Amino acid sequence: MKILVCISHVPDTTSKINFNADNTQFDTNGVQFVINPNDEFGLTRALWLKEKQGAAVHVVSVGGPETEPTLRKALAIGADEAIRVDQPATDGYSVAQALAPVVNEGQYDLVIAGRESIDYNGGMVPGMLAKLCGYAFVNTCIGLEIEGQSATAVREIDGGKQTLKMSLPLVIGGQKGLVEESDLRIPNMRGIMQARTKPLNVKPGAGAGPKSEVQSFQKPAPKEAVTLAENAEQLISLLHNEAKVI
Amino acid sequence: MPILVYAESDQGAFKKGAQELISFARGIAEKMNTEVIAAVTEDPAQANLGQYGAHRVLYCNHPALKEFNAELTANALAQAARETVATLVLVSSSADSRYLAPLLAIELDAPYLPNITGLPTSTEPLTFPHNVFTNKATAFTALHGSIGVLGLSKNAFGVQHHPDDASVSNMDLDLPGSSWEITSTEKANNKVMIADAEVVVSAGRGLKGPENWGMIEELAELMGAATACSKPVSDLGWRPHSEHVGQTGKPVAANLYIAVGISGAIQHLAGINSSKVKVVINTDPEAPFFKAADYGIVGDAFEVVPDLIQKLKDFKAQNA
Repeated sequence: MKILVCISHVPDTTSKINFNADNTQFDTNGVQFVINPNDEFGLTRALWLKEKQGAAVHVVSVGGPETEPTLRKALAIGADEAIRVDQPATDGYSVAQALAPVVNEGQYDLVIAGRESIDYNGGMVPGMLAKLCGYAFVNTCIGLEIEGQSATAVREIDGGKQTLKMSLPLVIGGQKGLVEESDLRIPNMRGIMQARTKPLNVKPGAGAGPKSEVQSFQKPAPKEAVTLAENAEQLISLLHNEAKVI
Repeated sequence: MPILVYAESDQGAFKKGAQELISFARGIAEKMNTEVIAAVTEDPAQANLGQYGAHRVLYCNHPALKEFNAELTANALAQAARETVATLVLVSSSADSRYLAPLLAIELDAPYLPNITGLPTSTEPLTFPHNVFTNKATAFTALHGSIGVLGLSKNAFGVQHHPDDASVSNMDLDLPGSSWEITSTEKANNKVMIADAEVVVSAGRGLKGPENWGMIEELAELMGAATACSKPVSDLGWRPHSEHVGQTGKPVAANLYIAVGISGAIQHLAGINSSKVKVVINTDPEAPFFKAADYGIVGDAFEVVPDLIQKLKDFKAQNA
């Protein structure tokens, strides 16, 4: 089985979000970049499949050379090969278009991407990629079992969950639940050393260009100070008379 | 060039998210001088969608669409968009809408812009505000091309009422087979879902253990609220993952969010940023949540919450 894990290189969840002086670009100064958390759950699930039933696990990212440390981290955790598509990751549409040839050429049986990246929260790359490649697709995937050429996937729905069956090839948009937080792996020294010599292939950008473009950013207005209530009765009165929410 | 809206139903009634989405579409339509067409997969006789702003209703009546299937619904909506020559197709923030939207966008070779928070700031090029960095910022993004798929953030626009009657027509569909099969669906019917909730009552590690959630559930039930939790609580297995609110969990865009014993990590606060009124109950006045909240009580959850339940009962009795 060949598995491709799509990895987004995103600011760490604790990052303070700032923009440049004219608010047209994200300010990466002092920001630590990590594997997108939703992708990391998927990467761990892929490594489990590899260990249990045997699989080649490749990771791919669309972006410039600055994304390579993130790909090396995925290799250090246990992926076998990395691919970087050398193209700025602008909108989700162009990222999916850039990934499609990688999926088609590699003839992957399973493509695991995160449900959404925590930077632009588009939540579109997995679905678009599936449609472009003619693969089946399960979004918000919280459970996945593969047996031969068939897959059973559990997806989270509003207020519950749903089980789906399909034949491979398949793309999933994964999230926590595929594995638990405590299952995530921290690269060890041996993994880090091995990652240095594992292949990291750079491919030229491909596919149609972006169909949307950020014009500017805005940070939320500073919040007014909290109104403290002395007790429950006063809180109810504030929520009823002032906030008018009860 | 009309605007097509995917109006979702649940158990025979149009969802509130669908009503809001139609109102939002009407707002765009008025700026662009066009009409709003609501595409529905369930019997449109259940409600007059004109009252929310639809001019016409297109009934995609097909047996394969009775149970939601993202692939088939996306295909049906693409057919509807072509048939009506729509330039915009609008979807909500429900799990189902988010599932089908990227498939639909590729069918139409269109961009998809989710998490939209308001009307276009420009119509040439068409530019919308939307949440990015998990509600830590807003981006203004322009769409290229002749057609786009838009996703509205929940509770971003509100339901608006119009004195209109929408005409209904049927749409003939030719649907392919599905590449997957739904083998089971588990859904709690008696619980308020976080995705649809007006009020969310959330609790964190300050509750000390899963056995203490009774009062949170009681408070939620009293307020018709959904229950939620912080990330550590879901990681500890005290509550299911589906309740985890925050950057790697669910976003909450409720009218009222009550946080009990949650300190307010940046990732949690990002997830609830779109909620209108935030209340915090915490023993520690230095907890970061107090900087993000509108109202708060500094106090012990084990004293404040039971008191709040009692006083709310009294309040409800007086205002009944």
